[in-house]
Amino acid sequence: MADNSHGSPDTSVTVATPGQGGVDTFTNPGLPPHRPRLADTDPRAEKRAERQVALLFFISVLGTLLFFFAYFFIPLNDTIERLRMQNLALGLGTAFAMLGIGVGIVHWAKTLMPDHELTEERHAVTDEKDRAEAEQIVGTILDESGIKRRPLIRNTLIGAALLAPLPAIAIFRDLGPLPGNSLKHTFWDAGMRLTRDPSGTPIKASDVTVGSAFHVIPEGLNEAENKLEEKAKAVVLLMRLDPESLNPSEGREDWGYDGIVAYSKICTHVGCPVALYEQQTHHLLCPCHQSTFDLEQECKVIFGPAARPLPQLPIDVDDEGYLIATSDFQEPVGPSFWERG
Amino acid sequence: MKALSQRRRHPLAAIALLLMALLMVGAIYSAASSANQAQAQTESFSANDAEEGEKLFAANCASCHGLGASGSSAGPSLVGVGAASVDFQVGSGRMPLQMDGPQAQVKPVQFTEEQTRQLAAYVATLGAGPAIPDEEILDASEGDPANGGELFRVNCAMCHNAAAAGGALTRGKFAPSLEGSSEKHIYEAMVTGPQNMPVFNDANISPEDKRDVIAFLKTIEEQGSPGGADLGSLGPVSEGLFIWVAGLGVVIAFTVWLTSRSS
Repeated sequence: MADNSHGSPDTSVTVATPGQGGVDTFTNPGLPPHRPRLADTDPRAEKRAERQVALLFFISVLGTLLFFFAYFFIPLNDTIERLRMQNLALGLGTAFAMLGIGVGIVHWAKTLMPDHELTEERHAVTDEKDRAEAEQIVGTILDESGIKRRPLIRNTLIGAALLAPLPAIAIFRDLGPLPGNSLKHTFWDAGMRLTRDPSGTPIKASDVTVGSAFHVIPEGLNEAENKLEEKAKAVVLLMRLDPESLNPSEGREDWGYDGIVAYSKICTHVGCPVALYEQQTHHLLCPCHQSTFDLEQECKVIFGPAARPLPQLPIDVDDEGYLIATSDFQEPVGPSFWERG
Repeated sequence: MKALSQRRRHPLAAIALLLMALLMVGAIYSAASSANQAQAQTESFSANDAEEGEKLFAANCASCHGLGASGSSAGPSLVGVGAASVDFQVGSGRMPLQMDGPQAQVKPVQFTEEQTRQLAAYVATLGAGPAIPDEEILDASEGDPANGGELFRVNCAMCHNAAAAGGALTRGKFAPSLEGSSEKHIYEAMVTGPQNMPVFNDANISPEDKRDVIAFLKTIEEQGSPGGADLGSLGPVSEGLFIWVAGLGVVIAFTVWLTSRSS
């Protein structure tokens, strides 16, 4: 280690040595001369730096005071305006309290503390002597611990080390149980009425005029035990189009009712709610990755990363004119999963 | 009354009673089911309004919507769209259309209020449709913003953004920001479903619920954002851009300062 804080470049500590006999060797320029700072030579600059550091610390004090002022003396009434004021003052106070100290210390170190420049030589990477020494230390440990001579201790240690990770298995097991077939079924069932989200009131077929869109949950969902889990799978978008523009495939002709169709709202890509319905183009758009589904082709994917059409909920009308599901979805809703097949 | 009671054992009495009951059920049903169409034309237009409106229509709208508003290849038929639709499209400056495009753009309103009224009166005579809503159902101070917020998040937020700042749809279409929209236009948009917006009729969202939605929109408009500058409420795009540019910029500036030599 060498000190280079006294004005002249010290060539004796330079790292690179000129190559032996090479023609293109260059002379090592060494380190640039040490340049004293303003505060080292000018007492007035030193004084000024000192005041600046003190000022920065004082700003930190003010920041802390601002925090406590905002905390205790900005009473929160009902308006968001006031909350916003308090939030701003709390944030600014904390920011200046921390910044003032940090910037002050750095400024202090840069302007006033001694500015020695140090050079340190790099050690050789491998040293045979060090390696032998390390081997000897490990050997001594093995000898002195007596692990070779005392098999009882060795074997119990191996046993303990093997058993110790088992609690982790028990803990990870609590992440389960496996979903079973719950991914393949939803809250919907035959005869269940379609109801409005969030009120849960049933929907008459006559309520659904052409061009309208209803956000639908199954009847009784609001009273269900795992309401949110069930809702995440069962939400449905109900729309009415001109029956002429629907082109149901064979076997699915009676899944709608007079132009009213119900489709799962869960995107088959990663499960965002596909609820952006364009009533003129009859496209459904997923807001997350722009997957677009065409209602006129049974929600076939016409753009974006989704791989499968949205599952359709077969619906009909009951005696009182309310819309009902005639079964659960015929395929799993939402994104793909390993066992989906 | 006495004559009636004397005839109650008449052989035809049962049939007459049945007929009366059927008539009554029919009347109640038709009254109930028409409640969600048009909710009766509440605003009264005079015959003169419709007449003036027809002239305005022929001069300004018929080139696309056809004479008699029966539609043409350039514009849809307006039969049955209702006065609310005209009031929304013309009153918000979307119609007459400035140029062909993915959807009608808002521009300075082209007709006076009186002319808009007359146009609406004319189109309302063409077929039953949603009427211009009453003042009382538009009074946001009467609404419940909490209920409105819940309805907004279920029915509207996916297109119009949770903070009603608007959002993109497919192929150049977009859901506009609702900031600054009048109560009347918000209501009319819900009942008529302009452009690609679905219709939210009174059977889906009742007039009182619509008022709650309006109350919610007006509340978030007045209160502003509790977290300070909302950067357009566009979510991760604008907020991410800000923190990458400004936040990282500050970090880089500090790094440069930390490693620079003091003069």
